Amino acid sequence: MESVIDQKPGHVTSLVEADSIVIRFSGDSGDGMQLTGTQFTDTAAFFGKDISTFPEFPAEIRAPIGTTAGVSGFQVHFGSKEIFTPGDEYDVLVAMNSAALKVDLHQLKKGGIVIVNTAGFDKKNLGLAGYADGANPLEDGTLEGYTVHKIDVTKFTKECLAGSSLGMKEIERSKNMFVLGLLFWMFDESMDHTIAFINEKFAKKPDIAEANIKTLKAGWNYGDHTEIFVNRYKVAPAKLPKGVYRNISGNAATAIGLVAAAELSGLPLFLGSYPITPASDVLHELAKYKTSNVKTFQAEDEIAAICAAIGASYAGGLGVTTTSGPGMALKTEALGLATILEIPLLVIDIQRGGPSTGLPTKTEQSDLMQAMYGRHGEGPLPVIAACSPSDCFDTILEAARIATEHMTPVIVLTDGYIANGSEPWRFPAAADLKPFKVNFVTENNNPGGTFKPYKRDEKLSRPWVKPGTKELMHRIGGLEKQNETGNVSYDAKNHETMTRIRAEKIQKIADYIPLAKPDSGKDKGKLVVLGWGSTSGAIKTAVREAIAEGYDVSHVHLQHINPFPKNLGELLSNYDNLLIPEMNCGQLLQLIRAKYLLPAIGLSKVQGLPFTTSELKNKILEILKS
Amino acid sequence: MTTIAEQQAAPKLTAKDFASNQEVKWCPGCGDYSILKQVQTVFPDFGVPKEDIVFISGIGCAARFTYYMDTYGMHSIHGRAAAIASGVKSLNPNLSVWMVSGDGDAFSIGGNHFIHLMRKNFDINYLVFNNQIYGLTKGQYSPTSEKGKVAKSTPYGSVEEPFNPSELALGAKASFVARSLDRDPKHMQMVLKRANEHKGTSFVEIYQNCPVFNDGTFFAYSEKETKKEQSLMLEHGKPLIFGATDNKGIKLDGTKPVIVDLNENGNSVNDLWVHDEHDKTKAHIIAGFFDTQYDGINYPRPFGVIYQEFRPTYEEGMQNQIDELIARKGKPSLDKILSGDKTWTIL
Repeated sequence: MESVIDQKPGHVTSLVEADSIVIRFSGDSGDGMQLTGTQFTDTAAFFGKDISTFPEFPAEIRAPIGTTAGVSGFQVHFGSKEIFTPGDEYDVLVAMNSAALKVDLHQLKKGGIVIVNTAGFDKKNLGLAGYADGANPLEDGTLEGYTVHKIDVTKFTKECLAGSSLGMKEIERSKNMFVLGLLFWMFDESMDHTIAFINEKFAKKPDIAEANIKTLKAGWNYGDHTEIFVNRYKVAPAKLPKGVYRNISGNAATAIGLVAAAELSGLPLFLGSYPITPASDVLHELAKYKTSNVKTFQAEDEIAAICAAIGASYAGGLGVTTTSGPGMALKTEALGLATILEIPLLVIDIQRGGPSTGLPTKTEQSDLMQAMYGRHGEGPLPVIAACSPSDCFDTILEAARIATEHMTPVIVLTDGYIANGSEPWRFPAAADLKPFKVNFVTENNNPGGTFKPYKRDEKLSRPWVKPGTKELMHRIGGLEKQNETGNVSYDAKNHETMTRIRAEKIQKIADYIPLAKPDSGKDKGKLVVLGWGSTSGAIKTAVREAIAEGYDVSHVHLQHINPFPKNLGELLSNYDNLLIPEMNCGQLLQLIRAKYLLPAIGLSKVQGLPFTTSELKNKILEILKS
Repeated sequence: MTTIAEQQAAPKLTAKDFASNQEVKWCPGCGDYSILKQVQTVFPDFGVPKEDIVFISGIGCAARFTYYMDTYGMHSIHGRAAAIASGVKSLNPNLSVWMVSGDGDAFSIGGNHFIHLMRKNFDINYLVFNNQIYGLTKGQYSPTSEKGKVAKSTPYGSVEEPFNPSELALGAKASFVARSLDRDPKHMQMVLKRANEHKGTSFVEIYQNCPVFNDGTFFAYSEKETKKEQSLMLEHGKPLIFGATDNKGIKLDGTKPVIVDLNENGNSVNDLWVHDEHDKTKAHIIAGFFDTQYDGINYPRPFGVIYQEFRPTYEEGMQNQIDELIARKGKPSLDKILSGDKTWTIL
């Protein structure tokens, strides 16, 4: 649908309505692309669009300026329909320099719009980006078939701020605001939200605030007054369920989830953590919640972080540790201790590309086997995974419930994609959250005799006693314990008994979790796509598209990976084919094959990038057509 | 919570009350027995209810200590007791937290946690049983074994310098550094009391004889024949005097300690170095007696409180920040946290 909205002499701008738009902001690490993207996102979300974002940045804080290694991108998909992924390809690419264009052009839709900052295409920048001497993508036909807007953003920014008290460096740094203003104009979004943000952020530096706002407006006016833009685009608000929304990233949802879990359980929250990408933001976020009596402890290393959390749980708190793959490996020994102590503990692994330092800022799902089996000795633990940014909140509550009700450490898996990505969240009211109050044991469970710290209830959980409780003094530790008394025991049969009880306790959790059911499609048919974790959005989109086209396909998504929902094997065997897409080399695939002896088909991607919808859809159609 | 009236009404505990029902399983003649006895002897004097005491230990012979105390306790993993104890104390500052490690547990595998515990200054009492050998793994040299130590893993002698634990602790900003030894019960009881009184991390190194793998390594400091000549018993405000007939003293020549014979050359007690527990510079020099030679002379081994300073504890800082922020900003409702600052409504 197209309508003329604006007519000036010799100048017509049309308003095009679009269901959804994908924009990729791409520039040098120092160009402020993350901020630009976040501001655009917040504004679009504020005006009711559904949103999914994908920030992507280099591991180096300041990679060499102008090189492809230093390109930082922020992708936002917003629409008037339900959005579950940041989008396969973009409608609009903003490239602040030659390197950004080189890295990101390939995913621009055919006929898409590219806005380039020509100042980033001088001889020096072209050279830094690795273009051959004399080659320039702006002139050599590389951009044929796209709608290209060449703007000297740097020059306009300087002109706009001429006479400002700011130094040249600070003036140049405002150029992202020009682009943001232009994009707001193009997509008919208000600047108010960002102006308020700038005023708040630079409250103590009014000259910088003024410069940013001036540049923002200059970008808007540039679109409004020049004649180079033929179209503006309008994305209507999405028909989302009624309610109050906020924008949330996975790491923020994790942090809030922990605060809520503490309140619902009645336990004081303690986070022991050591900085590691992409998990550090949970520590940063939680450190702000001191007024909720949250204690955050930046430990000397990953090992101390989990050990301090174990100490806090032992003392009667909700002990939590957050990390990513290599840190998880370091925590393994202590996790063994927590397993044999049988105390509640949350271990949150925000996965990234591995092994070793691997791809620290990129996403992967390759720690599943580590979570499942990364213990010395026999030590199964519950493993659950979050499937979207806001789902991190629900997953944390579920993890805390399991940990405290079943007296066990719980491993929570998220990953860089949903940790940094964000979406609108219709957050719950506190009153709607189900409490799981912890009742510490204060009475001797062996009247007349010595307290038995390993005497169990119907869940096989042992009593949780806080130090400070009269008459129940007892010692626990890493040595094998005699059944019930908890005294050190090297007895052969007792060790087998205890090993099996610990495993059975974890298996019993299956009695207290929901059954598996299809998220999309039917409960039997030709093909089921089984996913876990952050692939949810892409699988959902691909499966729903295929269903809409008449294909017989369903989607089942797992939150609980250990134990699996009780009916999972039965449900999966209702389908002729089983496809398991994962951002690893097939880890859930192996678990499912081993447990249910089903001939599952894997779809594996290990590029540090999430699946695109089309990759999944192609595979679905390939299976259905074969 | 125990009220003061209840505490007063309760009969005073005895050493026996602190013994758990578990059989003590150290080797016969092990120095650990004496340490256990001294701890159980002095604890009733501290007046802390048993349920408020927590022992956290790592791995090693010493770490079994936890099982023998009728208090709360966790026998944890090798080297990590400090980190676990930090979590316990952070969460509940009202608990009296004690740690027990050996020299391998504290300084080798737990070295990183040791130094950070010192600087963070939780109000925790850390007893390190130093026997200069790995006992539980049957006789390898430890990070405190003397250079050249012939042991299971070093049949031709070790090639590395040992740690000097008190120097290490001082360098890591410990607020309380002391040393005692298993064969001097009275001295150990005194040091334990001082450690308990100190608010902050109290590092107590206890020389402990391992009769199986390193027998007699500290006898020079504990046996009648050599003790007075080789040991320097520190007392705050008292001059540094040692020797078979208290005939020797140490005075300072600039930063250089000099041993003088009090019976010669008109040397007077009044010229001697007077121990000041709160002087960090001098504490470093005393700590260095361990393995520093001045003019080719070995200095006596100091025992007692080497250093003490008063500074806020970690858990106080942590709690104060929370209390101040709550007083200033109030405690937000969970609804406020869920909604954050920016929301929009879809009608």
